Amino acid sequence: MKIAVCVSHVPDTAAKINIGADGKTIDPNGVTYVVNPYDEFAIEEALKTKEAAGGEVIAISLGGEANKETIRKALAMGVDSAVLLKDDNYRDSLSVAKALAEEIKAQNAELVFFGKQSVDFDNSVVGQMTAELLNYNCVSVVVSFKLEGNKITAEREIEGGKEVVETSLPAIITAQKGLNEPRYASLKGIMAAKKKTIEEKPAAAAENKVEVLGLKKPAAKQAGKIIGSDATAVPELVRLLKEEAKVI
Amino acid sequence: MNKFTGVDYFQLESLYSDDEIMIRNSVREFVDHEIIPVIEKHYMEGTFPLHLVPKLAELGVFGPTLPQKYGCAEVNNVAYGLIMQELERGDSGVRSFASVQSGLVMYPIFTFGSEEQKDYWLPKLAAGEKIGCFGLTEPDFGSNPGGMITKAVKVDGGYLLNGAKMWITNGTIADVAVVWAKLDGKVKGFLVEKGMKGFSAPEMKGKHSLRASVTSELVFEDVFIPEANRLPLADGLKAPLMCLNQARYGIAWGVTGAMMAVYDSALSYAKSRIQFGKPIASFQMTQEKLVYILTEITKSQLLNYHLAKLKDKGEVKHTHISMAKRNNCEKALDAARVAREIFGANGILDEYPVMRHSANLESVKTYEGTHEMHTLILGEDITGIPAFE
Ligand SMILES: Cc1cc2nc3c(=O)[nH]c(=O)nc-3n(C[C@H](O)[C@H](O)[C@H](O)COP(=O)(O)OP(=O)(O)OC[C@H]3O[C@@H](n4cnc5c(N)ncnc54)[C@H](O)[C@@H]3O)c2cc1C
Repeated sequence: MKIAVCVSHVPDTAAKINIGADGKTIDPNGVTYVVNPYDEFAIEEALKTKEAAGGEVIAISLGGEANKETIRKALAMGVDSAVLLKDDNYRDSLSVAKALAEEIKAQNAELVFFGKQSVDFDNSVVGQMTAELLNYNCVSVVVSFKLEGNKITAEREIEGGKEVVETSLPAIITAQKGLNEPRYASLKGIMAAKKKTIEEKPAAAAENKVEVLGLKKPAAKQAGKIIGSDATAVPELVRLLKEEAKVI
Repeated sequence: MNKFTGVDYFQLESLYSDDEIMIRNSVREFVDHEIIPVIEKHYMEGTFPLHLVPKLAELGVFGPTLPQKYGCAEVNNVAYGLIMQELERGDSGVRSFASVQSGLVMYPIFTFGSEEQKDYWLPKLAAGEKIGCFGLTEPDFGSNPGGMITKAVKVDGGYLLNGAKMWITNGTIADVAVVWAKLDGKVKGFLVEKGMKGFSAPEMKGKHSLRASVTSELVFEDVFIPEANRLPLADGLKAPLMCLNQARYGIAWGVTGAMMAVYDSALSYAKSRIQFGKPIASFQMTQEKLVYILTEITKSQLLNYHLAKLKDKGEVKHTHISMAKRNNCEKALDAARVAREIFGANGILDEYPVMRHSANLESVKTYEGTHEMHTLILGEDITGIPAFE
């Protein structure tokens, strides 16, 4: 069985983000990029599934040259081969999904893992859109996954509980934290990755339906206020919480 | 605590290759998630985090420069150095474990062992299924190992070993000890296995330093060592000294990691601790301390990088390694003490890593050749006059 895992290259969540000169994009200077954290769960699950059921795992990533860093990490973790769908321009979620769907079809991958969202723009839709375009079954925000023959049993996280679902291949699974413990890229894995190929091809063209008009930083946090240090300050604290913060 | 993002004032990152960076990052992540959260507790309780051994093996840090056919990653010396740097950023005890397993056990078996010894031991040591230790120092012979009294006598089918070793890292938990002993007055290497009759390895207690590492005595009372357990190619004191070179190289890099840890925490503490209405980082004397530590980190990084390049080219001399070991250990210990001062009273708590690193570095400055011995090695090299005796 061919398993695909779609990976995106995103700014490290610990990085300080600045907005680029065009006001619409992130300024990449001084920002470290990493494998999208949810995609690490997707990679791990793809590898575990391969280890249990056999087959091969291919990583697919859409973006620029820099995405190779993320691809190499996936290869070092144990993914067998990779495709970089090249496009340096902005794409909305649907046009990303269209290009990925084309490639998944071309690769004939029956089982595809995604992260539940990319932590850069947080749209949380690419996996589901891709499933729709391919007419694959889709289970999102998965915290437990089991494949037996053609049958998939998965647990999803829902508000205040879990939902257990059953479906079958071909399918797309989007991974949530808790699905597994992603492995570290081992030294041997890193050395072996050097011999693995990254196939590069232009991403299938698709039109954007969503345009980014601008990016804004959240309002800077205001300095805290100290209103006193003993019980006499309580009435004032209660008043401020009620009238200013409006939280009680 | 904020995520550790490295200390790189002179842009050494631009000199490392993609694989070297990836290896460093993977070990860094491992240290952040697996070592740092548990190490203070082990340190305070005086225990080695044995549960990490299979995970460290999986990561691939045992014998990483050795050939892939033994299950090793076969990385270069820059990568090896960066691994040691990150491990010691976690704790000198964990780095010591990896140094001993790699440089003092796998290296001598690889270099002086028979094909059978290599095929049997190396894959198991790489996989962490077996733990090794290195017995050179004796109660009465430390800086002067050539004076050792542990002795092997030839008997039918092998040797009888008698004597004692002291200060042996991993001794009690080791499955195999690489033991150096005199046979007819000449130093030879033997593989002494756990459970051999007459061999015991009691743990030494009462350490104020390197508490998250096992240190032991090795006692040999008429231990029969089969011929197959002698390292056939080890002949003379040069053999253990070659091993020490491997480990010292790792130490030179490792202590840079310890300095990075104390710098990183001291800098963030100095910026947040308020005295006289301002962060203590705004006082000139605190700034001087931070600048001192950062400068020593940077110097050691440059020394290490070039040392790695010389080692990869096969041009490194043992005196180069002595200089790096000597300088970096001394500066790391000084830096850790200075960092501890920045923390004031908080510096002595287990909430921060500074006191632990500082105490650890006391051992690191002493083992694998004391500061003084490396001075004499270098002194002899430049003057041609040995001043050991
Ligand atoms: C935690 C720890 C782990 C260790 N692990 C191992 C291990 O795994 N295997 C192993 O074999 N050993 C190990 N050692 C031993 C270590 O290598 C020795 O402690 C070291 O070589 C110094 O020997 P010594 O302690 O006997 O000191 P000594 O040799 O007694 O030295 C005492 C002092 O005298 C100085 N001195 C000695 N001779 C001279 C001279 N000619 N000129 C000037 N000064 C001199 C020394 O520099 C030192 O300051 C370990 C030590 C420690 C603390």
